[in-house]
Amino acid sequence: MSGSLTSSSFPKNASAALANPPLLKAIAHIEETLVSGRRRAVDALPEFEALRDAGRDIKAHTLKHIDLYLETFERKVVEAGGFVHWAADAAEANRIILEICQATGAHRVTKGKSMITEEVGLNAFLKENGITPVETDLGEYIIQLRGETPSHIIAPAVHVNKEQVAADFRRAHADLDPTRNLDEPVSLLAEARGVLRERFLSADVGITGANFLVAETGSTVIVTNEGNGDLTQILPKTHIVLASIEKVVPTLEDVATIMRLLARSATGQEMSVYTTFSTGPRRADDPDGPEAFHVVLLDNGRSAMLGSEFEDMLRCIRCGACINHCPVYRSIGGHAYGSVYPGPMGSVLTPSLQGLEKSAHLANASTLCGRCESVCPMRIPLPKMLRHWREKEFERHLTPKKARFGLAAWRFLAARPRLYGVATRLAAWSLARLAGKDGALGQVPLAGGWTRWRDLPAPEGGTFRTEWAKRGRK
Amino acid sequence: MTTSKPRVGLFVTCLVDFFRPTVGFSAVKLLEDAGCEVSVPPAQTCCGQPAYNSGDRAGARALAEQVIALFEGFDHVVIPSGSCAGMIKVHYPNLFSGEPAWQLRAERLASKTHELTSFLVDVLGAAPMLVAWEGTATYHDSCSGLRELGVKAQPRHLLSAVDGLAVREMRDPEACCGFGGAFCVKYDEISNAIVDRKATDVRATGADLLLSGDLGCLLNIAGKLKREGSKVEVRHVAEVLAGMTSGPAIGEGRK
Amino acid sequence: MSSRDAILGRIRRSLGASGVDATRLAAVRHRLTETPVNVVPARGQLPAAERVELFVRKASDIFATVARIDHRDDIPAAVADYLRGRNLPQAIRRGEDPRLAGLPWQREAQLAVAIGPSAGQDLAGLSYADAGVAETGTVVLTSGVNNPTTLNFLPDHHIVVVDASTVAGDYETVWADLRRRFGAGAMPRTVNLVTGPSRSADIEETLLLGAHGPRSLHILVVG
Repeated sequence: MSGSLTSSSFPKNASAALANPPLLKAIAHIEETLVSGRRRAVDALPEFEALRDAGRDIKAHTLKHIDLYLETFERKVVEAGGFVHWAADAAEANRIILEICQATGAHRVTKGKSMITEEVGLNAFLKENGITPVETDLGEYIIQLRGETPSHIIAPAVHVNKEQVAADFRRAHADLDPTRNLDEPVSLLAEARGVLRERFLSADVGITGANFLVAETGSTVIVTNEGNGDLTQILPKTHIVLASIEKVVPTLEDVATIMRLLARSATGQEMSVYTTFSTGPRRADDPDGPEAFHVVLLDNGRSAMLGSEFEDMLRCIRCGACINHCPVYRSIGGHAYGSVYPGPMGSVLTPSLQGLEKSAHLANASTLCGRCESVCPMRIPLPKMLRHWREKEFERHLTPKKARFGLAAWRFLAARPRLYGVATRLAAWSLARLAGKDGALGQVPLAGGWTRWRDLPAPEGGTFRTEWAKRGRK
Repeated sequence: MTTSKPRVGLFVTCLVDFFRPTVGFSAVKLLEDAGCEVSVPPAQTCCGQPAYNSGDRAGARALAEQVIALFEGFDHVVIPSGSCAGMIKVHYPNLFSGEPAWQLRAERLASKTHELTSFLVDVLGAAPMLVAWEGTATYHDSCSGLRELGVKAQPRHLLSAVDGLAVREMRDPEACCGFGGAFCVKYDEISNAIVDRKATDVRATGADLLLSGDLGCLLNIAGKLKREGSKVEVRHVAEVLAGMTSGPAIGEGRK
Repeated sequence: MSSRDAILGRIRRSLGASGVDATRLAAVRHRLTETPVNVVPARGQLPAAERVELFVRKASDIFATVARIDHRDDIPAAVADYLRGRNLPQAIRRGEDPRLAGLPWQREAQLAVAIGPSAGQDLAGLSYADAGVAETGTVVLTSGVNNPTTLNFLPDHHIVVVDASTVAGDYETVWADLRRRFGAGAMPRTVNLVTGPSRSADIEETLLLGAHGPRSLHILVVG
């Protein structure tokens, strides 16, 4: 399962995932950890639904005034002694970050967990330019060693088992005693902690994302459990934050509200272990903290989503609840999507980022069961937006010919009730006859996708409308 | 007296019409016993959901017009499917945004359209029929009915009055069965993985009957159980509530 | 055109809005100066004593250990006890916080007290929290010479002192306090909300404590 899969080969990727038992076993854990954890946390907080409304309203208000809040945020960062850079797209964000690293003469760069740096492909870019950033979140570190991308936005290595991690550490850690026991997660964690501690202490630049940008104070906020994000930003001389523009919220009160939703929705914790507000560089008499503080604000297509049918997607706080509850994700894991962001939120966001042509499968690979929306802390109507993408595909004739033809034929028939009656009567009768006494069919022409896996229950015989008419009813 | 009876238009749905007329007759029986005057407009075909969910908005809109014209004259429109009822109730008004006249008609129809069990319980407050079914059933909550219309307690409430029937909940009855309309043939391997979990959950209850309110889900789960050689009977909830269970279950052969 | 102007321009075009619209500016100004409170859970809205009990319970739920002491003067003994109980050397590093500086450390003759930020060699750190939050058992720490941020993350064991009188029911109370101390719209470099010891579930979703930050968090509630 490498990270080099593309969204265009989604069905093939999915097949491969379904034939990968260790992967399936790993994903199955999500039920008893993240899903039941969320349930417990939600049940324990009577105000949870009211908080969801409040969270939605905060983001809706912010998005309507986002230009003004970004300007305020920028002013406050500068007042606190930091720098703000604006990046229109991924390439510009990468260039800005590289220039900051080069200007400080940085050789060693550590990174906190950040999906936005995955979105812009920062690691690969820095590596091409002679700087290899070290991922410090345990999961991110593991997949970096494996040369993979995250398969989940909050549990990046959810697809990897402990035996694989042990093998990766033995391969990558030159000083590791070959006789050392690495059978259990706890010894793997100890090994990683030791290796990464060195990296933290020797880094020149630390790069993090942000869960929030607070306009009121010019603070960037990260929410983590391991503490790696904090070690990444307080030890090196320079702290760079890369954040997309929709992370801005007006006030600390607004952070508090969304914070109450975030961890509960993500992992079932009432609060993540570390919620850290960073405002500017260290102050004159501070004994520690970074000497320089840079915030890179990334657009990358988001400004175009404002005012469109996809605007609501900008409320997303990347908790992963939609992913954890998605029957499709739970069947195939994250890599099969071939996109940076998997699951329902990814399928809505990805076409905006990489173009609909390359990601046409994603919006279709959903049963529209609606569970994502029912757990989304920001009440984002994900199924509605998946349907919007399907409409755009249809309008732009990206829908496969066979499907288009089928839809046209159905529409033709369904709009002609008499003809429809004759056709359905004939078809039902034929299928019932074909099934004979069996009541179900193991094979049906043109229904291979169905009968490859399931029998097709046979029609009873006559259609309801003919039987109804026979009884002289209206 | 007859004029005071609520006039109900029954939209049977294309799947019931084609695969399982018994569900339609069960719905008629339940509605008539609850004091409704039931009509079945013969020109009804499809609510347009397949087109709508495939991005063909114009196609969906054309069929929606047809349904609105056929059914707007009734006091209530009742549908033995949460998915088709959700289409009319939740999605029709969106199809006509920007066309006030049509939108008004769509909204009026939406406001009087109901899923069958929710109509019986929430609107009519009907007393359950005196029927019997000896055994244990488990109930799958179909996605649209559950999440678009809030159908959850109503079928269970009605089933609680069925003589001899015990309901044993499966692990996660609210999980999707993997049908998803065109999804089940377009992404058939994934659909299979999902319905496989559902079938496992159904079997794990030890129930001898699986019920639900949507024929799409039922065909999918019944097809999977049948392929696995399971003996669990699969029926639409209306069949059991109306006592119309003498014929073979979904996917079962004739004896 | 700079990317800044391009992005802001695109945003305003998408929204069909102007950057000098008086109504919009007023809405933003109102929100930033009035800082309206949204939904606050009832669970933390308790009389002082029960609030502290909730704080203790919540902190314990997420694997912090908590000890209650009557006076600040009891801190040195409580620290020494904790280190002894964990079989740790009698050594601690702390900042210059006057609330810690004036304590009878000499009573714990064995205890070596180092002062200043950590360079990663310390097994145990001691900090004075600005506040506790009962709602989730969270402690609030602010950076500065009194309580260097490195002490919150580098030592294996982090001991945090909280005055019972500063245990708030909710985060909003803490924000109001920060505004009072640092000025509206201003913040110290780092504000840490710490809720339990460092943890990770990144390997097979097995929950483990002490990922990169402290393996244990010990809270001393004073008063």
